[in-house]
Amino acid sequence: MKEAKTREPATPAAPPKPKVKGSRSTSRVSTGRPKGRPAWHRQHLLGIEELTPREIVHILDTAEGFAEVSTRSIKKVPALRGKVVANLFIEDSTRTRTSFSLAAQRLSADVLDFYSQGSSLSKGESVRDTARNVEAMGVDIMVLRHSAAGAAHYLARCVNMCIVNAGDGQHEHPTQALLDAYTIRENKGRIEGLKVAIVGDIAHSRVARSSIWCLQKLGAEVTVVGPTTLVPKGFTSMGARVAHDFDEVIPDMDVINMLRVQGERLESQLFPSLHEYTWLFGMTPERLQRAKPDVLIMHPGPINRGIELASEVADGPQSSILRQVTNGLAVRMAVLFLVNQAASTGR
Amino acid sequence: MPRGVGLGRLAGYPARAKEKLVQVLYGKPEIDQALRRMARQIGEAMPPGADIAVIGIRSRGEFLAQRLIRLLETYQPNGIPSGVLDITLYRDDLAEMGPAAVLRETLIDFPISDKYVVLVDDVIYTGRSVRAALTALAEFGRAKATRLAVLVDRPARELPIQPDFFGWRTQPNDGLVEVKLEETDGVDAVELP
Repeated sequence: MKEAKTREPATPAAPPKPKVKGSRSTSRVSTGRPKGRPAWHRQHLLGIEELTPREIVHILDTAEGFAEVSTRSIKKVPALRGKVVANLFIEDSTRTRTSFSLAAQRLSADVLDFYSQGSSLSKGESVRDTARNVEAMGVDIMVLRHSAAGAAHYLARCVNMCIVNAGDGQHEHPTQALLDAYTIRENKGRIEGLKVAIVGDIAHSRVARSSIWCLQKLGAEVTVVGPTTLVPKGFTSMGARVAHDFDEVIPDMDVINMLRVQGERLESQLFPSLHEYTWLFGMTPERLQRAKPDVLIMHPGPINRGIELASEVADGPQSSILRQVTNGLAVRMAVLFLVNQAASTGR
Repeated sequence: MPRGVGLGRLAGYPARAKEKLVQVLYGKPEIDQALRRMARQIGEAMPPGADIAVIGIRSRGEFLAQRLIRLLETYQPNGIPSGVLDITLYRDDLAEMGPAAVLRETLIDFPISDKYVVLVDDVIYTGRSVRAALTALAEFGRAKATRLAVLVDRPARELPIQPDFFGWRTQPNDGLVEVKLEETDGVDAVELP
């Protein structure tokens, strides 16, 4: 097998930052023609933490361009024609995998699905070997979901193809944070200055971690809410406000993101009883009454109806849950397109 | 990527005419006049009762299209649908553009089938942008006919594509020509940078 050459800094370390300050690009009416340095250079999307605000906005703007594709009668554009996207999901996920598959297909890429069960991974092959074998088949972009934090960063150092992190342990889930930011921007017209609450098991949530970084970089004020066992004070070091009384923060919030209560966590001692959790932290119609009338209720799905989110709220006018799913496609198309474009120079 | 190389009609764009002498060929009155003339020609060329739609190629074509629509409304008073086309994904040099490729929204919220579509751009040069636009447009339906209107025709085509309506045609040795519009550049001008 051909030895994979290590490409210059294939590390997640930030590439040379554009010298042009954001003010320049915002003051100018976007002309569609690249002026100055391109806003995106990364051939991997590994996390939100290392992205600049300009890069995040560039992904969201690009996603806006792709959103229209899904409204066409012919839902396909030739952006990744002849490219192969492999989904390597070593942890179960139907929704994210389907979303990535569909996004890749709408860009005219060929899509390969790898599952951990029944694959060589269950026979003891390391992820690195699996990834390098997949690369040897001519795959251009690998979408990786793995239960170990840092898995995507690690693979990005081992292979030459583009890596997109679709969730690594309790670390990051960048595309979820991006689609949430996109949905907020679409609904509110801006992100800067908004007050956003993320409610639930913050400590174990990669969605929360990515979202805190993402929204704060874009100028929102993030409050994380939940029981003391699941929302440690340590989150203040990420710049977020920590609150344990949901009712107290509700009236101030522009956006409330309800995280899913994860079954496996219920058995742990960190978690109160389900009933107690719903009583204190569930989004009920009564609580919604006390929120701003135009509050946006979000949920990354799948919902536990009646636990973190009451059905009336989930299906109500303030809920953006299905919009998030739709926007997820556009955001993932944008991410696949951008990493591929970044990798295509010099090929 | 070397600047301005292999970018099709982008070539020369980032050439940064900072210190260079810029020759302004036409200003706002001439551009207004040229658009009025083009609108008249378009109105006359369309069969009577034709259902016209005007679609601009991002980014300056979008604003030229809007101006043309205002002028065309005398020919078709009950409104002309307008659209914006982003051709980025259909460019034949997409791979070479790398991260410089910037995608923005395409907005065509009406069926183009059975319409006379006027495609609008600021400059036609190699013809490759228009080729990309035609491919993109085909995804939205089968127009009755498609016509091309550009403000400036810069000769040296690389594809058999010609404008049906144009404001001016430059000389082959004029080289690069740049159109500036109030909406995107703060000023209306056709320049030889």
